[in-house]
Amino acid sequence: MSDGIAIEMRGVVKQFGEVKAVDHVNMQIRDGEFFSMLGPSGCGKTTTLRMIAGFEYPTGGEIRLHGQAIGSTPPYQRNVNTVFQSYALFPHMTVAENIAFGLEMKKTPRAEVDKRVNEALDMVRLNAFGSRRPRQLSGGQQQRVALARALVNRPEVLLLDEPLGALDQKLRKEMQIELKRLQERVGITFIFVTHDQEEALTMSDRIAVMSQGKVLQIGTPTEIYERPTCRFVADFIGETNFIDGTVSATEGMSGPDYCVALTTSSGLTVRGLSARSIALGTPATLSIRPEKAHLSLAEAPAGTANTFRTSIDRVAYIGSDTRMQVQFAGKEFDVWEQNTRSTLDREAYWNAGEQGHLWWPTENALILTE
Amino acid sequence: MAVQSVSRSDLERRLERQRRSELLSLLSPGLFWLILFFAVPLVVIVIYSFMTPGSTGRPELPLTLDNYGRLFTEELFVNAYIRSLWIGFATTVFSLLIGYPMALFIILAAPRWRTVLLLLVLIPFWTNFLVRTYAWMIILQNNGLANNIIQFLGFPRQTLLNTTGAVLVGLVYGNLPFMVLPLYASIDRFDFTLMEAANDLGANKWRAFLRVMLPLTMPGVAAGSVLVFIPTVGQFVISDLLGGAKVDLLGNLLQRLFQRSNPPNWPLGSAMALIFMVVLTIGIIIYFRNTTEDDR
Repeated sequence: MSDGIAIEMRGVVKQFGEVKAVDHVNMQIRDGEFFSMLGPSGCGKTTTLRMIAGFEYPTGGEIRLHGQAIGSTPPYQRNVNTVFQSYALFPHMTVAENIAFGLEMKKTPRAEVDKRVNEALDMVRLNAFGSRRPRQLSGGQQQRVALARALVNRPEVLLLDEPLGALDQKLRKEMQIELKRLQERVGITFIFVTHDQEEALTMSDRIAVMSQGKVLQIGTPTEIYERPTCRFVADFIGETNFIDGTVSATEGMSGPDYCVALTTSSGLTVRGLSARSIALGTPATLSIRPEKAHLSLAEAPAGTANTFRTSIDRVAYIGSDTRMQVQFAGKEFDVWEQNTRSTLDREAYWNAGEQGHLWWPTENALILTE
Repeated sequence: MAVQSVSRSDLERRLERQRRSELLSLLSPGLFWLILFFAVPLVVIVIYSFMTPGSTGRPELPLTLDNYGRLFTEELFVNAYIRSLWIGFATTVFSLLIGYPMALFIILAAPRWRTVLLLLVLIPFWTNFLVRTYAWMIILQNNGLANNIIQFLGFPRQTLLNTTGAVLVGLVYGNLPFMVLPLYASIDRFDFTLMEAANDLGANKWRAFLRVMLPLTMPGVAAGSVLVFIPTVGQFVISDLLGGAKVDLLGNLLQRLFQRSNPPNWPLGSAMALIFMVVLTIGIIIYFRNTTEDDR
């Protein structure tokens, strides 16, 4: 009946007074998926999560949990659990009492509660801590208690509101791996809210990038990074160079994509791919990642569609890469070259102040109109 | 070596002594205050309670246990104790039932309204206490506002003044701010995300309140209850004015024993006050143990 769709949102709107926090959001989150909502603060991702949890009711639209409309169901009647950013553990209860809370509310028999609490403690490797109070635990341990407290209820969907935000960098990395492993083991749908793109890329099956209450793109980490559909997504995820211009030609196809040429205001012609055809004269932006552009001191490889003479402004050697800023169409342009050959030979190497050739294959760049 | 260690411990001892005298000098104003205004009067009362009342009521020798004997056997006194305890208890419970929702309402109000609402709780305090009690007499009298409302609603007029109910109304009214303020402070520190967490785990609002919010705001409940209970039991003005001397509380008896009765009886009054102090102290210790042990 629900076709493997755990959460379906159709035209969901949430308005706080004049402000539209969430603006016609459509999403389908599949069963067993690790789904992230990614965006800057205030983009509506937390409000969307709170509507799925039931802490906020949508102003408009429809939310379905396994086919059942839950838009106005109170949180305590939804089979959905939340891991809060602040963990929100009950300070007056022990770890075991915290974990048992949800089961007790559902009037689960005592023996079963004890059994499942122990399993949950096992799962997050906190067996020895059942009788401690939350404040006697470290941040990472509290985090795991919060996870156990939610998962012990076997929710249809687990919601996580920036759960790693309060942890230090090292612990954060560990928890990312642990969280992902846990999700694969229990097979429950995770909906994860974060503003950290690296976190989202590492853990998610799919990501929804949000800005100003709208979903801009939903896709796998690779799709989001390699084929952003708009300038915001390209800019928000990773580093990107943008070159503005107007469409001057469509030069055939490359697989399913159109090869589009842009002419900049300074008269340069740059080429990239577009998933759809764009009318001539349309203002558009070429977007290219620094690692997908190249800089040669000698001539660019023959037959490269995009080759430009340029001067090197800055060179930073960071071990694996050499990161350079060059001049292009009057703007700074980032190029990262992998250090695949010995860099001790400074003569054959990039140096600030030198001239070089900036080039990229057409299929490394994207043409965006939004 | 031995000599050295002896001299060192000698030095330590001297330092210790010096530190202690410093501490004493720092504490002395407070200690002086406590001794003069708390310990000395208490000792005087203890001594009085074992003396014999003279013809003017002043304590005289010989020492005796008669005062305590009378308090434990004469019905007048035993009844006053029991009545005081239950009126104090009822006042506390009603103040709590009204005060908790009030405090919660103020916390949940928009921030700019909070100060105004808190002020509204406090403003009655700026009017003289007696005046406010007289106002209640006027409201509750036979042709007062309360009876007018009762009649308007189609019921016969009631005797409201000079009843236990009137005393309770006056006591709850007078003590409500002492309940609301500590509760406000306690609820203000409460993290409302915990309520969301409880809802999320399947607890409806009421169960979330009982299992999470109430236990975590217990320090406020305890403080407010003690602040209401103790003055209630000892006061005599409200029970006098609104109870019309029909509702004798401990405070009323004490006032009479020391001032009004002919002749007064200071030793008996002292014994009465002491017994109540002991009962209250024990009661409050037990109460705090049970309500605040789980405090974060």
